[in-house]
Amino acid sequence: MTTRRAHPARCRAVGLPAALAALLVVCVLSLAIGALPLAPSAVWHGLADPASGAYAVVHQTRLPRTLLGLLAGTALGLAGAVMQALTRNPLADPGLLGVNAGASAAVVTATALLGISSLSGYIWFALGGAALVSVLIYAIGGGASSTPARLALAGTAVNAALYSYVAALELLDTGALDKMRFWTVGSIAAAEPGTVLRITPFILLGTVLALGCAKPLNTLALGDEAATALGAKPALTRGVAIAAIVLLCGSATAACGPIVFVGLMVPQVAARITGPDLRWLLPYSAILAPVLLLGADIVGRVVARPSELEVGIITAVIGGPVFLLTVVGRERA
Amino acid sequence: MSAPANRLATRNLTLGYDHRQVVRDLEVEIPDRSFTVIIGANGCGKSTLLRALARVLRPTSGTVLLDGKEIGAHPSRHVARTVGLLPQSPITPDGITVAELVGRGRFPHQGALRRETPQDRAVVERCLAETALTDLGQRPVSSLSGGQRQRAWIATALAQDTELLLLDEPTTYLDLMHQIEVLDLCARLHAAGRTVVAVLHDLNQAARYASHLIVLREGEVIAEGAPDAVITAELVGRAFGLRARIIPDPETGRPLVIPLPSQVTAK
Ligand SMILES: Nc1ncnc2c1ncn2[C@@H]1O[C@H](COP(=O)(O)OP(=O)(O)OP(=O)(O)O)[C@@H](O)[C@H]1O
Ligand SMILES: [Mg+2]
Repeated sequence: MTTRRAHPARCRAVGLPAALAALLVVCVLSLAIGALPLAPSAVWHGLADPASGAYAVVHQTRLPRTLLGLLAGTALGLAGAVMQALTRNPLADPGLLGVNAGASAAVVTATALLGISSLSGYIWFALGGAALVSVLIYAIGGGASSTPARLALAGTAVNAALYSYVAALELLDTGALDKMRFWTVGSIAAAEPGTVLRITPFILLGTVLALGCAKPLNTLALGDEAATALGAKPALTRGVAIAAIVLLCGSATAACGPIVFVGLMVPQVAARITGPDLRWLLPYSAILAPVLLLGADIVGRVVARPSELEVGIITAVIGGPVFLLTVVGRERA
Repeated sequence: MSAPANRLATRNLTLGYDHRQVVRDLEVEIPDRSFTVIIGANGCGKSTLLRALARVLRPTSGTVLLDGKEIGAHPSRHVARTVGLLPQSPITPDGITVAELVGRGRFPHQGALRRETPQDRAVVERCLAETALTDLGQRPVSSLSGGQRQRAWIATALAQDTELLLLDEPTTYLDLMHQIEVLDLCARLHAAGRTVVAVLHDLNQAARYASHLIVLREGEVIAEGAPDAVITAELVGRAFGLRARIIPDPETGRPLVIPLPSQVTAK
């Protein structure tokens, strides 16, 4: 007897509005929950009515924080999905493979050694660091013929080296980096309106490139031989995909520090709904990742009252077990 | 350099990987509308040649000509709409369904952003039917038997809907009935006017189905032509190091290869 799944095309089409609704809900919750809780109606007034008492808190902190969570979540979810497709490795994640650490290390270097302390200055370093590590990991990991284990090892080694470097710089230079505690653990708490504006163009460009790769990456998944015979250009597609990953991870890390596991978990959950077709998997990842990121951020705001836990800690706490389950599940399969 | 008489041909073709030559100075023509079968021992360069013919492997020197022009000089989409390839060991993405896999064969016929058209879906349905997979369309490929999986890949190559179709060992993993089914399918495609090139290991099937045979040994063509003329005991010895007796197939009259035990040669 065969178990026939429901037609995937139907699930995918129904799931998309549901995912968007979930995103809307977490956005409203993210605007409402915090040190000063707001009712949904107060959120609405705070957004639209300058005379409202909530206007300042909504516009100065909650809205930028929510928008940053939205952008960074989308960036990490897309980057993770593209990475997993590119490496044919379901355990690939911009956090685990060191791309975010590369961006982080470059920013800390720029801040500590060159005294650059504005986002508009160090975002270029973040992109450069992400690019360097992407190329490095891709080369050490064996490129298109990499095995999951080899890639994971390369990523772990690069991650460990870069985080020790970041920690060393922080110890040596407490002054400049003091306010940037989030360079070792990602956070969206300190978002300002300027942060969001600054990274939007990069994330938008990265998103367009990533979504544009969906179809050729679908053919690359069949192996380079089949893909080339189908008229795809593997080298070009890989180049564009890596550029998308660098833009997305570099700018997200520049704004919130390194956040792990979002890029790992979300595409895996999304793939259960969509199957491996990237034309569906990428949009789903782009919508569900901010649901996870904002959800984790909201949890971080309420579990340790009156203080807060950084979103990077929460995603790591959820992500660790999911990662292990994935590994175990693969071993069984 | 003489102009080729056929759509697909090679001139002085040398192929290799990282400076190691596999194929030297090869001159072959794939006769138009033929069912060409390539035979030869393991590692003699059959897959390598097929890769070059599908523009997947760039020649070390020499050229592959498609319609008289170097194949690399055609736009890649045009080549992909003209020459289809079933690789020897393609990769099956995790969780993909049979219908989705076959749908990916439509890539060269689709625009960058366009979704599947009704025509794409009709071609996929037809290819599933031709490979007897209609009932398995929604099943994950990973849940199929080796032979069913092989048929799904053949259907994917068919969905590319090309006039020239290159199949690298399409009958591997198949039981005898499905081997014959796939070969009959190739014969039907051939009869309908397409050029089919297949790598086969079974000499008797090659002799029975091929209209044209190419025999490779260590990267060189040692014989080509109609099976009746090509398959001799002497050739089987040269190509495979195998003693054999050739008798006419009582069913078709084509050559039938009977391998002889090797120890007899010891004296
Ligand atoms: N990707 C590759 N990189 C390096 N060497 C290769 C590669 N593919 C094939 N070769 C080598 O080229 C030679 C010819 O290989 P090819 O795959 O063309 O043989 P084949 O005739 O198809 O053999 P088989 O019947 O086993 O499929 C072999 O010696 C093989 O080791
Ligand atoms: Mg081969």
